[in-house]
Amino acid sequence: MKTLKIEELSKNFGTTEVLRKINLEIDEGNFLVLLGPSGCGKSTLLNIIAGLETINEGNVFIDDYNVSKVEPKDRNIAMVFQSYALYPSMNVKENMIFGLKQARTSKEKIADQLEKVSTFLQVDKLLERKPSQLSGGQRQRVAIGRALVREPRIFLFDEPLSNLDAKLRVEMRREIKKLHQQLKTTVVYVTHDQTEAMSLGTKIAIMNHGVIQQNETPENIYNKPSNTFVADFIGSPSMNLIKGKLIKNSNNISFIADDSSLEVPINNYDFKDNSDLNNKEIYFGIRPEHIYFKKLNEDDFDINLRADLSEYIGHEQIVTLDYSNQEILAKFPSTIKIELEKEMKLYFDLAHISLFDLKTKERI
Amino acid sequence: MQDNLQSSSYKELEQKSKYTNIFLRWFLYFILILFASYFIFPLYVMVVTSLKTMEEIRQGTLLTWPSSLNFDSWLVAWGGRGYGAGDTFLRPYFWNSIKMVVPAVFFSTFIGAMTGYVLTKWRFKGDQWVFLFLLFGCFIPFQAILLPMARTLGTLGISNSVVGLVLVHTVYGIPFTTLFFRNYYISVPTELVKAARIDGAGFFKIFFKILLPISAPIIVVTVIWQFTQIWNDFLFGSTFSFGEAAPIQVALNNMVLSSTSVKEYNVDMASAIIAGIPTLIVYVLAGKYFIRGLTSGAVKG
Repeated sequence: MKTLKIEELSKNFGTTEVLRKINLEIDEGNFLVLLGPSGCGKSTLLNIIAGLETINEGNVFIDDYNVSKVEPKDRNIAMVFQSYALYPSMNVKENMIFGLKQARTSKEKIADQLEKVSTFLQVDKLLERKPSQLSGGQRQRVAIGRALVREPRIFLFDEPLSNLDAKLRVEMRREIKKLHQQLKTTVVYVTHDQTEAMSLGTKIAIMNHGVIQQNETPENIYNKPSNTFVADFIGSPSMNLIKGKLIKNSNNISFIADDSSLEVPINNYDFKDNSDLNNKEIYFGIRPEHIYFKKLNEDDFDINLRADLSEYIGHEQIVTLDYSNQEILAKFPSTIKIELEKEMKLYFDLAHISLFDLKTKERI
Repeated sequence: MQDNLQSSSYKELEQKSKYTNIFLRWFLYFILILFASYFIFPLYVMVVTSLKTMEEIRQGTLLTWPSSLNFDSWLVAWGGRGYGAGDTFLRPYFWNSIKMVVPAVFFSTFIGAMTGYVLTKWRFKGDQWVFLFLLFGCFIPFQAILLPMARTLGTLGISNSVVGLVLVHTVYGIPFTTLFFRNYYISVPTELVKAARIDGAGFFKIFFKILLPISAPIIVVTVIWQFTQIWNDFLFGSTFSFGEAAPIQVALNNMVLSSTSVKEYNVDMASAIIAGIPTLIVYVLAGKYFIRGLTSGAVKG
């Protein structure tokens, strides 16, 4: 039984296609993050799961029950919003029990739940306060509490941390993670922040233009991006994509960048499809953090590159290098001294590369 | 040496700007007082005249202070002289106006709040057009609809009655009240409504429990606006009612114009003030919310 299943879901606003044939499944207790740039349809998808938005095609199942036409309140879900959406005229207590009262829950049960959740979230001292008298973090906590008291099957979070300042955001992120570890509830979480997605999700679904690009564990998303969009979207700075082609002769496969004669051997790369590789035009993808200034592994490929620019960002520096007229970035500890306008010897970690077809942009 | 020179010239400049500032300040006060007296002057004349006897009015000038505080004319304006037929006074018409203005303000405000709520939080296909046509109502000159409205009231059998006036004022208040509430609710985050829907609240519950409690500023604005409009209305009152059903503004007009003998300026002035007092009271009580409501749209919280 899948806690949440989405089948062939499509959604248009007038003539604009927002979601295209979305398929998605979540097992009990998983933390799924919908990640993507603004306008990719992730919030619409969340609203559809909540029942706040209608569906044009496809179905949504919760615990194998088709809820496509079920009212939000009957879907056994709870949602936390970006603006917190606490009812301004009610105090914290009234905010938290509003849903239970609507559902005509017994007085004893309401009191129990309120007590349990408010102590758990440490808002039990704030029960009489109005939302306007709370700090950002407290409001966020009350909003989460309002979702918790209803003991829903699925928690929906719509960019819940975007309104907080940087420091508080990191704190609340950790608290949400803790919460999930303790309660083991199923969560669907929308964000455009890749750090949030990486640190929270047990699964990440990356979306662009209403299509899910990749839906896997954070490790796989980071190490094996399924296309150039994912490769570019995840990581900061994002993955270097070097244009060039493959050369295959007898048992050796290597990569040659445009305008270059240097052959980079890639014999250990795990191709999806081994056929027809010779002369294939590709992007050679390597992350800035996988270019080293000293040899770390036996297989690291050494290469001489010219450093053009160095950006100091505290614990590390981002160096712009020239790879036969293509700009690539590398991340080094800020302790090492870089001489600009000079060639330096560097090492590519070939165990961490990704190759993409130049035309289809898909991983090969 | 150089330092000294500089500091002394700074002192000079300081002195100079001080005089300029003092001059500008007094000039500002002068202008403000001038404009204030321009507005307060007619009121002064009204109050003073209403407290004089006819004898005094004939002898003195407009501006002279009354010899004694004489409220006779106020009593006459309010309660009449008691000689029966032809004795026009304000009291019954004042209550007519109250009976008209209270329900009309209530209904138009309530309906406006409801429509504003639907147009912002329960968007539907074509809602923009509905709003546009409603706005049209704000720009139609009221003279243009007098005849059709008279026919309508006649068909409904409520012409020349307070009920009829309540209907007219409610209907013609809706465009304005809708505009007010729609512009207020558009700044209320729609996520509030979504949260309430997930919590299981329906259309009316969300309106009464979530939105109305945070609408105080805009309710005050709407009530003041509607109260002033309806209380001061003369056109609808004089067209759709006469005789005993007339509102106070119509009665005031009749009183002032129908005096057959001598013009009693003191009674006229007292009547005019009485007719204006309710709007003044509303402004004094709710004025500060009026300013606040007009300037603050966003709900923070």
